[in-house]
Amino acid sequence: MAAIEFTLNGKIQKVDVPSHMPLLWVLRDTIGLTGTKFGCGMALCGACTVHVDGQPMRSCVTPVASVAAKHVTTIEGLSSDHSHPVQRAWMEEDVPQCGYCQSGQIMTAAALLAKAPNPTDADIDEAMHGIICRCGTYQSIRRAIHLAAEYRAASVKGGAV
Amino acid sequence: MITQKIDRRSFLKAGAGGLLLGFYLPESGRLKAQTNAASKLNAFVHVGSDDTVTLFIHMAEMGQGTVTSLSMLLAEELECDWNKIRTEFPGVDRAYGPLQGVFGSRSIRTSWEPLRKAGASAREMLIEAAAENWGVGRDQCRAENGVVINTATNARLSYGRLAEAAAKLPVPSNITLKDPKQFRLIGTSPKRLDTPGKVDGRTLFGIDVRLPGMQYAVIARCPVFGGKVASFDAAKAKAVEGVKQVVEISNGIAVLADNTWSAMEGRRALQIKWDEGANANASSASIRKLFVDLAEKPGATARKEGDVEPALAGAAKRIEAVYEAPYLAHAPMEPLNCVAHVRPDGCEVWASTQIQTAARGVAAKVTGLAPEKVQVHTMYLGGGFGRRGGSDYIGEAVEVAKAVGGPVKLTWSREDDLQHDMYRPASYSRFAAGLDSDGWPVAWFTRIACPSFGGLQNGVDRTGVEGVADILYGITNILVEYHAADAGIPVSYWRSVGYSQNTFFTESFVDELAVAGGKDPLELRRRLLAKSPRMLGALELAAAKAGWGQPLPHGRFRGIAVTNNIGSFNAQVAEISVSQGKLRVHRVVCAVDCGQVVNPRGVEQQIQSGIVFGLTAALKGAITIDRGRVQQQNFHQYDVLRIDEMPHVEVHLVPSQNAPGGIGESSTPGIAPAVANALFAATGKRVRRLPIRPEDLV
Repeated sequence: MAAIEFTLNGKIQKVDVPSHMPLLWVLRDTIGLTGTKFGCGMALCGACTVHVDGQPMRSCVTPVASVAAKHVTTIEGLSSDHSHPVQRAWMEEDVPQCGYCQSGQIMTAAALLAKAPNPTDADIDEAMHGIICRCGTYQSIRRAIHLAAEYRAASVKGGAV
Repeated sequence: MITQKIDRRSFLKAGAGGLLLGFYLPESGRLKAQTNAASKLNAFVHVGSDDTVTLFIHMAEMGQGTVTSLSMLLAEELECDWNKIRTEFPGVDRAYGPLQGVFGSRSIRTSWEPLRKAGASAREMLIEAAAENWGVGRDQCRAENGVVINTATNARLSYGRLAEAAAKLPVPSNITLKDPKQFRLIGTSPKRLDTPGKVDGRTLFGIDVRLPGMQYAVIARCPVFGGKVASFDAAKAKAVEGVKQVVEISNGIAVLADNTWSAMEGRRALQIKWDEGANANASSASIRKLFVDLAEKPGATARKEGDVEPALAGAAKRIEAVYEAPYLAHAPMEPLNCVAHVRPDGCEVWASTQIQTAARGVAAKVTGLAPEKVQVHTMYLGGGFGRRGGSDYIGEAVEVAKAVGGPVKLTWSREDDLQHDMYRPASYSRFAAGLDSDGWPVAWFTRIACPSFGGLQNGVDRTGVEGVADILYGITNILVEYHAADAGIPVSYWRSVGYSQNTFFTESFVDELAVAGGKDPLELRRRLLAKSPRMLGALELAAAKAGWGQPLPHGRFRGIAVTNNIGSFNAQVAEISVSQGKLRVHRVVCAVDCGQVVNPRGVEQQIQSGIVFGLTAALKGAITIDRGRVQQQNFHQYDVLRIDEMPHVEVHLVPSQNAPGGIGESSTPGIAPAVANALFAATGKRVRRLPIRPEDLV
């Protein structure tokens, strides 16, 4: 066991777990934040995607020790009130079906927009290729990312972000 | 303790630090303590004194939109305020039918009348209560948006104020339902009720259930189907940090730990000798040989019209072909899981299950308790596709919980999921047809060899022959035969069931007949479907919207296919290109006649979803067997369609006044033959086995 400290959704979080325990299971089982999902355990499906210092990371293969002193954001921390442009767009387009992969989709889309505020379809393909949705919401996801880019641009222009 | 009924206030007071999170509660956005007394108007409608209307969704939500669409059926007649609706999944109750669950795309079809009636009945009781309150005749009252209005005085009483009195009134008998012209909600596309909780991580799937003192379990199962534990040594597993105990159950060895990962690490450290049993040498090749040998012999008759043999013998032209499809896994994104707590006098399970009655039954069987002593908490499903119609994982969790005492969460890994599924069966089918001298089909013969799981009637399993035996094509002589081919691999329902492979066979073979007879594939279908107006209507709409017969950009090719399943009629035109050995599906135009539409956007979502599911199978899906075990372990070996491969799917609805048909499985079967037929148009090569392989593209 090792005491590890990191920032989780803006607050200091201390855990006492094996240092090589994947961040996914620390979040879900130790801390109790279940919005981040288990899908494959091998970084193959993207359901477990979180942000580590703003970068999208597969938490199922990220040893918790590697996020020590870093900032981790999960779906629960994206906003407190669905106000993140990606969440707003996801609600407007009613993207989720079963919804299980959507935390990973949303976290990946949010990271994409932070890097590419006005992504092309090719940018979307590249960023989102690794996130599997068995319900087949891809067409809605693409539309929602373009819409989120508009929301984001409008709020930047309005000085809100 | 979960043995006590937890009231909602204390539940919420536990707050975020509490482990037990709202399985009674609806998704977020509407998350709100019900601090008031709720009055039960019937099994589907409760109204709180704070005007909150709670609708009980007796099906399960696996993405198909049931929570929203069933709420619409209730609310249409209830005349409640759509913005004040909460939803809950009730426990198992006879009030919800003998087999409570979602299967066969039947949620809307079976709820269409009863739920509108339940809504109307509750509304009438509220109106009656208001009339009594005012001392006026009920014809002087009308319900609107959650209030009853006295039409003479304009006085208003909210549902919340009327609920307690209304609940004491007799249930009205003669309910008149609205004329469809009066629908306000049905036929519109309100926002899905389950979206907010699915964009902020708050929706609780089965895998998200956490109970105080819960242990986390995984199970090591014999990799060979039908094998057993011969002996095992748990010493190393028990030495893994976090592992608490190791117990043998009927299906393998369970490792329990204080978190899922430690349980998985413990399982890795187990030393097990397996008795691999009778299937130890089974392979895809040996299974195929079994099918091929069976298909040589006459089978049980699934459909017989006219006299095929002389018609084939006398035909001007005879066409023969063999079609094959592989085993497929369901691979829902949420791996299988179940939380169970077994006590001497009762059992609770929390599960993302498609069939609550079956979940309760398996828990009762494993514990020896009466079914009434088992409480099933239905959680949101992270995909089902038929897999969660099975209750094997629920039985396992209950068995482990019974062995150790205290609550247990069993989680399957993705490897467990792919290697211990109940698969879509592989199938091998021989086809023959005869054409007359004008090139029109006069005889159709199919002999199918396919594992059975749906039960045999006169030697035929409907699940093995649907999609062939029920084709609507007007051909005078038809014979369809079936062999139940038991290959030792567990098989079960997979989205669209037998249609998932048989529609590929049938619609590809029809295309072969068109080519052999010198007909356009649309023209041939049009002629053979002349007496099936709804199928023909969908076909014509798809063809028109796709521009069938119109010139395409260079390198693009079209294919067409139809499906009649689950009470709906589906036609698809796929537009593809093949470039540098790569097949690309650019556009799919899908027309569907699914009767009256409750939620058009929901239908559109399901059509897109079904096409992605079918396209994944057509382009990538294959479970293969070697040494009695499945060779695919995770998504790198069982790949699925990605966003960059997603075609543009257009959905067109055939206007209809017929009763609603199903939709969740409507579009899955047709996409594979539509693509394969387009591929034939592109390459002149006929694909007769799935998935489509690189060698099919050159």
